[in-house]
Amino acid sequence: MFGGIDYGVVERALPLLWQGMLFTLQLTGLSICGGVFFGTILALMRLSSFRSVSFFAASYVNFFRSLPLILVIFWFYFLVPKLLGRPIGGFYSVLIAFVMFEAAYYCEIIRAGIQSVTRTQVHAGYALGLTYGQTMRLIILPQAFRNMLPVLLTQSIIMFQDTSLVYVVGLKDFLTTADLISNRDNRPVELFVFAAIVYFIICLIGSNSARRLQRKYTI
Amino acid sequence: MIRTFRTALAAAAIVLAGALPALAQESPTLKKIKASGEISIGHREASVPFAFMDQAGKPQGYSVDLCLKIVDEVKKELNLPNLKVKFVAINAQTRIPLIANGTIDLECGSTTSNLTRAKQVDFLPVTFITGSKLLVKKGSGIKSLADMNGKRASVSSGTTNEKAFLAEVEKRKIKVETVMVKDHPQAMLNLESGRVDAYASDDVLLYGMISTAKDPGQWEVVGEFFSYDPYSLMIPRNDSEYRLLATRTISDLMRSGEMASIYNKWFNPGPTKINMPLSSDLKKAFEIQALPH
Amino acid sequence: MNYRWDWGILLKDPYFSWIASGFGWTCAVAILAWIIALSLGSVIGVMRTLPHPVPRAIGTAYVELFRNIPLLVQLFLWYFVVPEVLPREAGMFLKRGLPMPEFWTAVVCLGFYTGARVAEQVRAGINAIRSGQRQAALAMGLTLTQVYRYVLVPVSYRIIIPPLTSDFLGVFKNSSLALTIGVAELTARSRQIEEYTFQGIEAFATATVLYSVVTFAVMALMHMTEKRTRIPGLISLEAK
Repeated sequence: MFGGIDYGVVERALPLLWQGMLFTLQLTGLSICGGVFFGTILALMRLSSFRSVSFFAASYVNFFRSLPLILVIFWFYFLVPKLLGRPIGGFYSVLIAFVMFEAAYYCEIIRAGIQSVTRTQVHAGYALGLTYGQTMRLIILPQAFRNMLPVLLTQSIIMFQDTSLVYVVGLKDFLTTADLISNRDNRPVELFVFAAIVYFIICLIGSNSARRLQRKYTI
Repeated sequence: MIRTFRTALAAAAIVLAGALPALAQESPTLKKIKASGEISIGHREASVPFAFMDQAGKPQGYSVDLCLKIVDEVKKELNLPNLKVKFVAINAQTRIPLIANGTIDLECGSTTSNLTRAKQVDFLPVTFITGSKLLVKKGSGIKSLADMNGKRASVSSGTTNEKAFLAEVEKRKIKVETVMVKDHPQAMLNLESGRVDAYASDDVLLYGMISTAKDPGQWEVVGEFFSYDPYSLMIPRNDSEYRLLATRTISDLMRSGEMASIYNKWFNPGPTKINMPLSSDLKKAFEIQALPH
Repeated sequence: MNYRWDWGILLKDPYFSWIASGFGWTCAVAILAWIIALSLGSVIGVMRTLPHPVPRAIGTAYVELFRNIPLLVQLFLWYFVVPEVLPREAGMFLKRGLPMPEFWTAVVCLGFYTGARVAEQVRAGINAIRSGQRQAALAMGLTLTQVYRYVLVPVSYRIIIPPLTSDFLGVFKNSSLALTIGVAELTARSRQIEEYTFQGIEAFATATVLYSVVTFAVMALMHMTEKRTRIPGLISLEAK
């Protein structure tokens, strides 16, 4: 039906696909940084002894975890500029959507990581005269991050896969580029299979390193 | 020395800018363009030959050319010869929200100008006239909408064709299973793979799809028009100054005859050999909309 | 902000019925996909814990394959690629023969994808049971099949209810991807309302509320179930 397989199609498309991959990597990288940053703040809030603070953080996390990412992307892409009354650009709308969304997932991982450090260490920190900030920054968080590194990596691989959803708003990431070229050259089989292989290899390397980290770092 | 010279230049620039007409201050769009030094143009990726991608992935087409004419006028008006043009890829679902929320300053695609949409966006003069028809495989036995009973059809979500098609089949009590697609190429894929029997879209776009198909001889556009679709470029709403500038650009092109030559470049026969000479209706439309100064 | 609010639009027809039918399709995709995921995932998960290396390898390959390709790419593979590489008749059946081919494609794709996740939970559940139980069962003269059927699988399911809940909610949310191949589920319908009426905020807010309500309801339900099925003395596996 599609007249044999033509590998040349993919080869000719490589420069454009590479552009798409750069977009994907950029979006993934920035979203991970933002997600981990806000996720850490949310995790600290969730563990706070102030009821209202922890309640807010818990509600935030539960709310975002109950929504499909596509819906969150639509919200930020179409409607937030409408609500704000000014445009923030496609890339930034999507980036904010990913950071807000992933922060909820990272929060849970980081919270578990913090809880994996025994409580006595917090008391020891206070006993040494350290403030809350110092105890967290110097004692708890470094150990927590070490413990949760494999899970963080796993979540980041999921996040890398999730970036393909920007397809729904037409931003040119790796998958959208493959789709565009498959449309232009009428070669969906080659391009989608190629895209799948590329994602597979990257994610497989990622999940294997997560497993190796897990073995290495388990305390 | 050089520094003083630069300062003087900067001072001169400020004075000049001050002397410019107050237009940029009044128009939110022009003000934004001036402040950012950048104009964002939304373009379709597969509306042949209005806005589609060349081999290098750059947008090209009839509507893109018209937009670039407006960009030239904006450059002149704001005295910004180095104004950057940022192309933003859009589709039928994203185009209106992106104009309405200000992400793009100008849309060049294949958008039907209608009164419902005019509540969200503003339309420039009509630059093409078409309507909905069906694209089918030759020999499919489908000659018009009436033959669609029990068949499957694709429509692009967010298009006027979607509404027109659904309304028409309901009115005529035709039983059709519809499959929503994102854009024309996905519809072509559905047709080629035999997933659907017909694609409902604007007649000209269907010819555009045929012109870029692998085997153009295999396809035909059939049936009577079941909607009227005059195309216009879109701009943000409530911005009379910007609207005037853009309308003036298009009117000037129509008056000078340049419009017809841009038309011929893309349609007669056009790079994809779509081969649609300027119709007498469209020619008249150009003449009527060529408002005098 | 100059937005004209009009919540009443959601009660008007056809928009109300769009939301209702969209929600129905979302649930249909999610539940059917979950049935596939649970059955397939259980088989694959059990395979990964068997002593024989061949089923283990097959199980591992399945999980790695379906976990390391983005769901949207998998959906496109199922929709655009699979029917073309199959023999002609089979391909045509997938595209035309089935009633509602887009719907079933989405169901199967989501089912296989989630199956990999369920398999991981099942494997973790079985591995969490101390090996003494397996040995004790074998020592009692049960065959391997019986050991799995009467000891390992029932016990592990009771342990993994919380993570399975989160996987079910995952299917529910991921069913929104079906809109890319034209299934008119909840997210697609709310976007359609935005396109028809430009009252997108109201439509998206409704979808948001519906997704949240279902999530919280399922979580509450599972919390109750978990309390009743929890094995005394064992800590159940935490939801991810």
